[in-house]
Amino acid sequence: MEVPENIKKRVTIPFEEHFYAGHTACQGCGASLGLRYVLKAYGKKTILVIPACCSTIIAGPWPYSAIDANLFHTAFETTGAVISGIEAALKAMGYKVKGEDGIMVVGWAGDGGTADIGLQALSGFLERGHDAVYIMYDNEAYMNTGIQRSSSTPYGAWTTNTPGGRRHFLEKRHKKKVIDIVIAHRIPYAATASIAYPEDFIRKLKKAQKISGPSFIQLFAPCPTGWRAPTDKSIEIARLAVQTAYFPLFEYENGKYKINMPNPKKEPKPIEEFLKLQGRFKYMTKEDIETLQKWVLEEWERLKKLAEVFG
Amino acid sequence: MEYKPIRKVVSGNYAAAYAALHARVQVVAAYPITPQTSIIEKIAEFIANGEADIQYIPVESEHSAMAACIGASATGARTFTATSAQGLALMHEMLHWAAGARLPIVMVDVNRAMAPPWSVWDDQTDSLSQRDTGWMQFYAENNQEVYDGVLMAYKVAETVNVPAMVVESAFILSHTYDVVEMIPQELVDEFLPPRKPLYSLANFDEPIAVGALATPNDYYEFRYKLAKAHEEAKKVIKEVGKEFGERFGRDYSQMIETGYIDDADFVFMGMGSLMGTVKEAVDLLRKEGYKVGYAKVRWFRPFPKEELVEIAESVKGIAVLDRNFSFGQEGILFTESKGALYNSSAHPLMKNYIVGLGGRDVTVKDIKAIADDMKKVIESGKVDKEVVWYHLKR
Repeated sequence: MEVPENIKKRVTIPFEEHFYAGHTACQGCGASLGLRYVLKAYGKKTILVIPACCSTIIAGPWPYSAIDANLFHTAFETTGAVISGIEAALKAMGYKVKGEDGIMVVGWAGDGGTADIGLQALSGFLERGHDAVYIMYDNEAYMNTGIQRSSSTPYGAWTTNTPGGRRHFLEKRHKKKVIDIVIAHRIPYAATASIAYPEDFIRKLKKAQKISGPSFIQLFAPCPTGWRAPTDKSIEIARLAVQTAYFPLFEYENGKYKINMPNPKKEPKPIEEFLKLQGRFKYMTKEDIETLQKWVLEEWERLKKLAEVFG
Repeated sequence: MEYKPIRKVVSGNYAAAYAALHARVQVVAAYPITPQTSIIEKIAEFIANGEADIQYIPVESEHSAMAACIGASATGARTFTATSAQGLALMHEMLHWAAGARLPIVMVDVNRAMAPPWSVWDDQTDSLSQRDTGWMQFYAENNQEVYDGVLMAYKVAETVNVPAMVVESAFILSHTYDVVEMIPQELVDEFLPPRKPLYSLANFDEPIAVGALATPNDYYEFRYKLAKAHEEAKKVIKEVGKEFGERFGRDYSQMIETGYIDDADFVFMGMGSLMGTVKEAVDLLRKEGYKVGYAKVRWFRPFPKEELVEIAESVKGIAVLDRNFSFGQEGILFTESKGALYNSSAHPLMKNYIVGLGGRDVTVKDIKAIADDMKKVIESGKVDKEVVWYHLKR
């Protein structure tokens, strides 16, 4: 498709495509949108490492591949270690890694593969300072195995192993702030991003590419199947997650915090607005919602203070 | 260039480190565990002294060590690691991955007993528990074989695209110093040229996806190809072993090394450093008139079935010495060798002696005692008891 020059100038999202139609994602899948943006930002000279997760399937079964870059499938808990090995090998073989014209080594893992089973390998990767980008696409549960809770599942959510029911057996722990663990490694660059704000996401991907050393991006990626939400509401839900400050957008760069909210002056919307579009929250009582709301605002205040003190 | 060996007095672990250096490995990812550590320490020293240009990744676990090696090897680099016991067990999942992705990683495993109870001493159960991961396994008798084994393992592994484990005994080899004849770098380079990978993640001409989901319609053939590669490896091992002998004077063309088998009534069969003691004992037993020989299994995977059949055809009995055990059954080499002979015409009397678990010393005297026991088996023509826990305190 021909794109008029005046439009081309204004658009910051690359027009090139390296993630093709024919992939096997569900309708409205936030993760597949995210993967598309990653490949737009980094292009063909990318080595993508995908552990066990939805994207294992989305990329396509042998001998098909929807991904126009080199892809290495690996075991659930190993993303951080495998990207470390690839980066070391590239350096040993004399290739330029990261930066404008270097080879991009990208780990693309879900929240379970990052915040749970892959946390140790992630920590090792961050601490050793490899030149690679780790992206955690956060759909807040083990979706590929059929919606089981992870440490990134929010308070009050229904999943197949926190099924609500008569004894009110819902998720009772708040979402793990895995990015705080990442930042504890004092890496050069960490950020949150959302599929509802693709320009912000692309900007962050580009920044992660330029900065030498390890980068980490936590991408909010709704899963209509697992969140029991309409497939045409993924972007809206993702936007509300930001607007309610449930999932605030921010960056941590060389020790400094910067909040990237679309309307920084605006007070967060009530959490119900985010919850009501998703069937997974329908078992929550009024008290449950209050508990979650309180946590969201406390965390938001905490982040604002961090940005104030380390801004 | 004429071959003149460089003689160095080194431990088994240093022999492994020198072999990795001479193989010009490009990436090393490893995690410390006794008694493997001095291999990696020595490699770190080579890097620190500017003797080696190696990307060294001090990972946070053995699981990540193997995962990092997998990433590095898939990118095309010659990759090395080393571990022992618990570390090897932690790697288990990724051992399957390395073999399935057809990556010629070479790893030294220093045989150490599995806990509990804690033990840091020699025992083959750690490596033999990895039997079905798709890795080749070479068992070294002495420090020289550790050095030679690593160099040959790279050549074989990179020919058939299957990873290889070089196994040495805890302390008996790993920390014991002995003379090792090393090969000048130039001649190693001739024997082992730079790796030509099957595929490389650094090649962007044609995008590839490695390890993607294979349906029941395709998975089966992937397994068959790996099985075929192991069959092919038997041929390659013999060729490489022969070439090594022609170049450097130590012939490894036999996957099972034998001695005195022509007129032997029975042979001792086993693997690793244990067989050094057996050789010594057999020399002495021969002087005392025993008609005994030995068969040292160098390669456990692929298993040298054909060579074993030939040996078994020429003897009346085989005393299998296992420094390992498969619970609920018997010594692992015993099971393997009985299975290998079942459909052959050779049916020697076979008895299994469980020896040396957890580093219990196996002496020449022990081997002689076993010879006496085995002699009775041969004379009676009957195996009185299949499995004997030889050292058991009574």
